[in-house]
Parts: sequence; structure tokens; C-alpha cells
Amino acid sequence: MGDLLNIFIKSVFIENMVLAYFLGMCSFLAVSKSVKTAIGLGAAVVFVLTLTVPINWFINEKILGPNGLFGMDLTFLRFILFIATIAAFVQLVEMVVEKFSPSLYNALGIFLPLITVNCAILGGALFMVAREYSIGQATTFGFGSGVGFMVAIVVMAAIREKIRYSAVPPALRGLGIAFIITGLMGIAFMSLMGINPGNYMQHH
Amino acid sequence: MAEIATQVEQEKEPLFGKKERKLLIDPINDNNPITVQVLGICSALAVTTLVDKAFVMAIAVTFVTAFSNLAVSFLRKGMPKQIRMIVQLVVVAFLVTVVELVLKAANYPIWKELSVYIGLIITNCIVMGRLEAYAMANKPWRSFLDGVGNGLGYGVILIMVAAVREIFGKGSLAGFKIIGNTPEYLIDSTQNAFFSWYMPNNLMVIPASALFVIGIIIWVQRSKNTKLVDVS
Repeated sequence: MGDLLNIFIKSVFIENMVLAYFLGMCSFLAVSKSVKTAIGLGAAVVFVLTLTVPINWFINEKILGPNGLFGMDLTFLRFILFIATIAAFVQLVEMVVEKFSPSLYNALGIFLPLITVNCAILGGALFMVAREYSIGQATTFGFGSGVGFMVAIVVMAAIREKIRYSAVPPALRGLGIAFIITGLMGIAFMSLMGINPGNYMQHH
Repeated sequence: MAEIATQVEQEKEPLFGKKERKLLIDPINDNNPITVQVLGICSALAVTTLVDKAFVMAIAVTFVTAFSNLAVSFLRKGMPKQIRMIVQLVVVAFLVTVVELVLKAANYPIWKELSVYIGLIITNCIVMGRLEAYAMANKPWRSFLDGVGNGLGYGVILIMVAAVREIFGKGSLAGFKIIGNTPEYLIDSTQNAFFSWYMPNNLMVIPASALFVIGIIIWVQRSKNTKLVDVS
């Protein structure tokens, strides 16, 4: 349990997808204009990451791995299969949501299809493979990374809502200042990189 | 009757007219994928530490956007809406695999440095963004030009950012030392390099600096091109 908590905190704050690894930057910058839409996109990313990371774990372990369905090492197919799974899953979610909850579908709007090309989703699947997580760890990691993305994008949207009242040079307003704020936030998060919650837990 | 109709259509749409030129030129400034459309930022942060890396990446992305736009534009009418994303991604993944294998054969050291990011072209939003925004609704030839234009617009920014980061971060440009001291200077101090007082700034090597450089490029671009200024 402590292990899972450790992975969760690490993936939310220390190894934040957006601010530490700079993945999923496009939607982070394009959709952080208001807190409300940022929460919508953040929730959708949490949902998709929490489910696609374990699904891709099964694909990697039970189908592509040497002990999998075909009994041989098919890991060179990993890229295409992961991205196909993510695309299929996002499209499935889109159809299900459209059918059962039109109001939620309208609220999420174009954010749902956008998630397919959010590099944080594919990045999550690839990190999960690289770090050799078990199924429980992979699910926690997916959820944690999603929450990390949501925290980052909501904080960013809040800053951008406030900065509208500041005297930013006209040409820098909007996107320009957003890039610079992200850079500063990235440098701030870099200082968390060296912290290992595992050490802390062992000592206490 | 049918012949006349096709002739009229041909006259209306020359192979390379004003509209086609606009498709190529627009993405370089007025509709730049990075600074205006906000597409393809992740790779722009990662590959811009050195100019030659950025150059190879720009060529790879131009190739993939151009040919995936072309292929998807051909396929767009036979594609059911429910599976369009999977079809698009398979086309893109195929092209990226081709690029990766060609680059691996042609220039192994660069391939080794770029390998992860060549793979990540699959999720580069420029490719998917142009497929959804342009190729799904337009004819193949124009989609192809749109792909080339956007690839070039991406490449221009990439090389600009890489040049700034390489000069200030490493004191060199495309591998040639231009500012700061060369190793020879340490042996023979009479061989004075240009700006020998300059110490390479490590801040320019970390990804966050690319955000600052792109932010400043946006600032300059929008002061020159006032119709892009964000009014909200």
C-alpha cells in the first residue's frame, strides 16, 4: 500500500507529466484559457489515463510479451498497438458518452477526440513499460499521472485568468505569456525532481 | 457535356495558383503551426538543443505531414466516422516507421539521438491536427501542399529555437564553435576566440528554456504582425 501511495505522489507532483517531462504540452497550452474548461479536459484525461494504462499493460504483458498469447517477443509492435488501443478507447468513450449522457458529451465537446494525440497518454503507456510496473502499480501510475495533468492545467488556467488584469505587453498577451509562465513553472517543478518519497518512508 | 465540365473545373483550379501558393506560405508566418495554432510543442522542446537535430526533425515531420495529408485525403470519402481516428493513426504510424528506418540507414548517429522523438511524431499534434482540420475536407493535391507548408512552418521555428539554444547553451552553431573559448585556447592563450569571456549557459540546455525562446519569438512575431494579437 505504501508502495502505491509512493507511486501516486511521485506521479502527481515529482514526475509531473506536463511540468517535469513536458508531455501533453499542446492541449495544456491551448485549453488552459479558463478554469472551467481546464477542469473538463483534466477530468477526461484522468479517466482515459486511468483506463488505458492498465489496458496497455495487459496488451504488453499478455499479447506482446514472450510469455504472452503467441509465445514470442512481439514488442516491436508496441508503438502501433498502444496508439491503436488509445485511439479505439477514446472513440469508444466518445460513442458511449454521446449515447448515454448527451449533456456530458456537450460539456466535453472537442476535448475528447483531442485526447488521442495528447502525448501524455502514450507517454504514460511507455513509461509504464520502461519502469516495469505490476498491474496495481500501473493503474495507480495512470491515475496519478492523470491527476498530475489535471492539477497542472487547472493551476495554469487560474494563473492565465488572473494575468488578464495585468499590464502585459499587447503582443505578448495570451499565448506568449503562457509559454513563459509554463517555462517558469517547469523550472519550479525541476527542483522537486530530486526528492524521493521512498527514502522518506523508509526512515520513518 | 462532361468534357466541358472537367475543363471548367481545370481552369478554375490551376495546378499551382494563388490559393496553392497561399497554402505553402501561410503556415510560415500568419498561420504558423507552433506560434499560432499551438500544435507540436512537445517535440519542439525536446529536439531543439542542437541545430542539426532540429533540421533532421523538421524534414521528417514535413515528410510525414505531407504524405499523411495526401493519403488521408484520398481515403476520406470511404472512411466511416466512427473509425476515422484509427485509420488516420495507422497511416501516420506507417509513414513514421518508414522515416525511422530510412533515417537509421542514412544517418545512424542522428537516428540514435532522435529515435524516441522520431517515434513520437505519431502523436505530434501537427500531423493529426492538419489531418482533422484540412485533409478530411479537401482534395489530395491541396492537402499535400498544406502538409508541406505546415511542415516548413514547423521547421522554421524549430531551427530558430535550436540556433538560439545552441549558440547560448553550447557556444556553437551546427557543431562549429563560434562564441566562448575553444579547447585550443586553454593550451595557447594567444589563440583568442570571439567573445572569449562567454561561458556557455546551462539554462539554455534544459527544456524550459525552449518555452522562453518560443515565447519571445511569439512576442516578436505579434508585434510585427498585429492581426495575430490576442484581444481577449
